[in-house]
Amino acid sequence: MRQSHRLNNIGLINRDKVITFNFNGKSYQGYEGDTLASALLANGVHLVGRSFKYHRPRGFIGAGVDEPNAKLQVTINGHSEPNINATEIELVEGLSATSQNCWPSVEFDIGAINNFLKRFFPAGFYYKTFMWPKSFWYKVYEPFIRKAAGLGVASLEKDKERYEHKFEYCDLLVTGSGPSGLASAYAAAKNGAKVILAEDKPRYGGTLLTDDVSIDNMSGKDWSEKIISELKKMPNVTLKNRSQVFGYYDHNMMVMFERVGDHLSNKSKYTPRQRLWYIRAKETILSTGSIERPIVFGNNDTPGVVLSSAAKEYMKVYGVLVGRKPIIFTNNDSAYETAFEFKKNNVEPIILDTREEHDSEVVQEAKNKGIQIKFSYGVIVANGYKKVKSAKIGKLTKDKKSFESTETIKCDCICVSGFWTPTVHLASQSGNKLKFDEKIDAFIPDKSKQKEKTIGAANGSFTLQETIESGFKTGSELSSKITDKNNENKIPTVTETKYSVHDKFWCMPLPKNENPKRFVDFQNDVAVSDIEIALREGYRSIEHVKRYTTLGMATDQGRTSNLNGLQMVSNIENKIVPEVGHTTFRPPFTPITIGTIVGREVGMEFMPTRKTPMHEWHEKNNAVFVDAGAWKRPRYYKKGNETLLEASKREAKNVRENVGICDVTTLGKIDIKGPDAAEFLNRVYTNAWLKLPVGKARYGVMLREDGMIMDDGTTTRISENHYHMTTTTAQAANVLSHLEYYLQIVWPELNVNVVSTTEQWAGAAIAGPKSRDMLSKLFPDLDVSNEALPFMGYIESNLFGVPARIFRISFSGELAYEVNVESNYGLFMWEKMMEIGREFNNQPYGTEALSTLRIEMGHVAGPELDGRTIPQDVSLDGLVSKKKDFIGKNSLGKDAFVLENRQKIVGLVPTDRKSSIPEGSHLVENEKAKLPNPKLGHVSSSCWSVENNNPFSLAIVNDGKNMIGKKLFAVSPLKNTSIEVEIISSHYVDPEGKRVRS
Amino acid sequence: MLHINCPFCGLRAQKEFAYGGDATVKRPEINKEVSKEEWDNFVYMRKSPRGKHIELWHHISGCRQWFKVQRDTATHEIFKTAKMSEEIV
Ligand SMILES: [Zn+2]
Repeated sequence: MRQSHRLNNIGLINRDKVITFNFNGKSYQGYEGDTLASALLANGVHLVGRSFKYHRPRGFIGAGVDEPNAKLQVTINGHSEPNINATEIELVEGLSATSQNCWPSVEFDIGAINNFLKRFFPAGFYYKTFMWPKSFWYKVYEPFIRKAAGLGVASLEKDKERYEHKFEYCDLLVTGSGPSGLASAYAAAKNGAKVILAEDKPRYGGTLLTDDVSIDNMSGKDWSEKIISELKKMPNVTLKNRSQVFGYYDHNMMVMFERVGDHLSNKSKYTPRQRLWYIRAKETILSTGSIERPIVFGNNDTPGVVLSSAAKEYMKVYGVLVGRKPIIFTNNDSAYETAFEFKKNNVEPIILDTREEHDSEVVQEAKNKGIQIKFSYGVIVANGYKKVKSAKIGKLTKDKKSFESTETIKCDCICVSGFWTPTVHLASQSGNKLKFDEKIDAFIPDKSKQKEKTIGAANGSFTLQETIESGFKTGSELSSKITDKNNENKIPTVTETKYSVHDKFWCMPLPKNENPKRFVDFQNDVAVSDIEIALREGYRSIEHVKRYTTLGMATDQGRTSNLNGLQMVSNIENKIVPEVGHTTFRPPFTPITIGTIVGREVGMEFMPTRKTPMHEWHEKNNAVFVDAGAWKRPRYYKKGNETLLEASKREAKNVRENVGICDVTTLGKIDIKGPDAAEFLNRVYTNAWLKLPVGKARYGVMLREDGMIMDDGTTTRISENHYHMTTTTAQAANVLSHLEYYLQIVWPELNVNVVSTTEQWAGAAIAGPKSRDMLSKLFPDLDVSNEALPFMGYIESNLFGVPARIFRISFSGELAYEVNVESNYGLFMWEKMMEIGREFNNQPYGTEALSTLRIEMGHVAGPELDGRTIPQDVSLDGLVSKKKDFIGKNSLGKDAFVLENRQKIVGLVPTDRKSSIPEGSHLVENEKAKLPNPKLGHVSSSCWSVENNNPFSLAIVNDGKNMIGKKLFAVSPLKNTSIEVEIISSHYVDPEGKRVRS
Repeated sequence: MLHINCPFCGLRAQKEFAYGGDATVKRPEINKEVSKEEWDNFVYMRKSPRGKHIELWHHISGCRQWFKVQRDTATHEIFKTAKMSEEIV
């Protein structure tokens, strides 16, 4: 198939490899080395999308990151992604792309009616129109805006691609491989510095690939290849193309994304699509170059209007003509090079230069080449709907506010140049306050805030001589600070065209009696008239103008529009640009995929999974697991078709009647040692600890300094100066940090060490009336009688040769024990218990039965200790010592904490003895009262009491002490239930605690 | 992401640390009478300075030591880090 606009003898593409791709349902061909944009242009396709608000036909404007229009829905390898910049994505076999924001097609888009209604879509339209009535917002306005603003469609499929993260340190990070970047990387590498050179594009060299210059008698391109090949040989240099540093963060950390796989047609399963680099650099060189800005004129968004630098790049890099009858419309010398390139390829350009009769090297050259130049001229309006067909041009009056004469000339593209804007995004992100350089009408970096230095065009130096010199100098200086080496560099000799001064002109006046749109921001459809409206309506701060008009708020971050917008505001306001200021640059520089940000942390890799040593056994025995932090705990062991409720009832009942075992490995365990350990515990817990004998456990509650309960658990005195503390599963990490805080900061004089031993011990609880019988079989040589091992007693023994710790503690309220062995023997212990327990009808029980048992006993846990309860709220005031000081004690005297009618824990049963009460229900006196219905408390934990065979809940209720016997309603708006409940004591089973001591 | 110099381990990425609040707050001594006001100040009152500030960090995914960091809360610049036993002046 013929590529109608492909040139034969020019470009860096591989003509031996033809690539077939699809655009809007039609098949096209391009070459390896093409971008999607260059391949489409080679086929004469300019129309690629419809604009955001008015659905106007849009074509390519740039050739790289500057592109505001060509955002396409692109599918590669079956993976579809919206908003892909056609100028940045490389062509691969099978790539398929479609236009966005148009229906039914980009050629005929119904939304384009907006273009004819444009007087109704001015700046602030959304703010003004969608204000009221409020009730319309959710059902009418939002869906409308979403649909109308839909740019592309996010895939509903799971992203099957692989993404990776990488952490890297270096001496010098150079961002951008144009002349200044290459020179500085080379100089630093020669000094032995560890250098990373990052280039966004597939090819190194930046403007050296397109500018007609010579360095040391080589073409710019050859010189850049020579430097790159030398850098490649140096082990201290990492070269990364297709890699964009998109964010500059604190402490000189840069984040970069690397396109690893998208350009490969046969990538392996293990090749990531993209890789995210976190780079911590000692020094950074920002050599990000500059971006050409357009001149604003009527219908300047018509397909075929391109930046002059882009037209040149399409010719020189891709061998593609953007048109055969070009107008070069410029206010400066650099665009003349584009005219020369057209001429070289036998295309006759015409140059419109807004400057008055002007002389310079390039003007002379153009005249010598016989190129027609019209001075004081500019394009007033581009004609043509889906493609430029002609242009109304005009001779500007002296004040440049109107025209002396106008005429219409035929053309098929308009290459526009309004001078150059340094790419200062990274510098700005680093904290550098930018300054306005009047010579170039743009912002450049000011004093460095971090370890960053901006050089070359990014710093406003637009001559190659300056750029190369500053590259060598800066690279050498920064690196020798680090390596102490000072390699002499021979600065190469540079030949380049000298440019004369540009015209400070950026917007064409409107023709008489015509009112075409003059776009400033293409991606967000912001025209000159919108900015005028914003200012007329009183917006002054540039940040407000930006938000009201959406100028520069699109994904291109206003790369081509910011300065023209600022010029506009400053002209109207009669201010100079630096007084208006600039808006904030934020990362990322260009959009990045969510996949890249997430990396490998998806699915099972999202967070670590903690499994107990008995996990495998649980799995084999039909355990249904529940997440407890990162832990997997058996919730219940399913038998047949049992439901959760049926299974947990069976398991809990068996504990009450026989014996059950529960995997309690996940409980936090902290080993505490040192001569001051007892004193330390005495300060940490609310109760007394100094007199706890060796071989005894004690239940304790610890508070935060504000008096709220932090955690509870038992701690056992293993030997004189050695304690074993247990915490709840959820608070294990916090409690350790809490203890370390007090030992290291508050009481460093205490000689105590703490260390987590959660993973060192496997634990199993044996609970139920038959637990002693079972224990005696597990430890046949041990006296486990009530006298030898009483409630809260502790013994060390061995379990068939395995050292074991036996604690007589109970969470279920039954006679119970906890056995700990070294983790590696956890499964052995568990299997022995299952085997020996058979004759006692032992059954394993999960967290659901565990909760049932503790709730009906009135034992508090996480839902009651929610960080908003003090000890007396949950009836633990008996554990609060009046004699000694402890963490949080002073807070317990607060007025609110000693109120007579303070909230308190109570028990609830439904009056019908049948309806389960949802956890989280609110307790109210009158279920039918008008909202807001005063809330008297909330339901914290619910279960089906196996002892009494009816639902039972714990609740925290205002004035709970005096509420016993009253009836309230437990209402759950979430579950749409209202249940009448009776308030009773929280101790529903064995209130005297006889069983644990039996 | 900050780069924090743990006095025990050296320069490490922020994600290894947990922030611990104002390092200049002193807990009233244990077992001593304390006025209500003094106690409330200790529990609740914190300054939120813009600029230099000495704060606590905990190297939770490292040596598990608490230490002091002198940091500019506006620019994130870190001037000094020190062990708890050392003073930052
Ligand atoms: Zn450390």
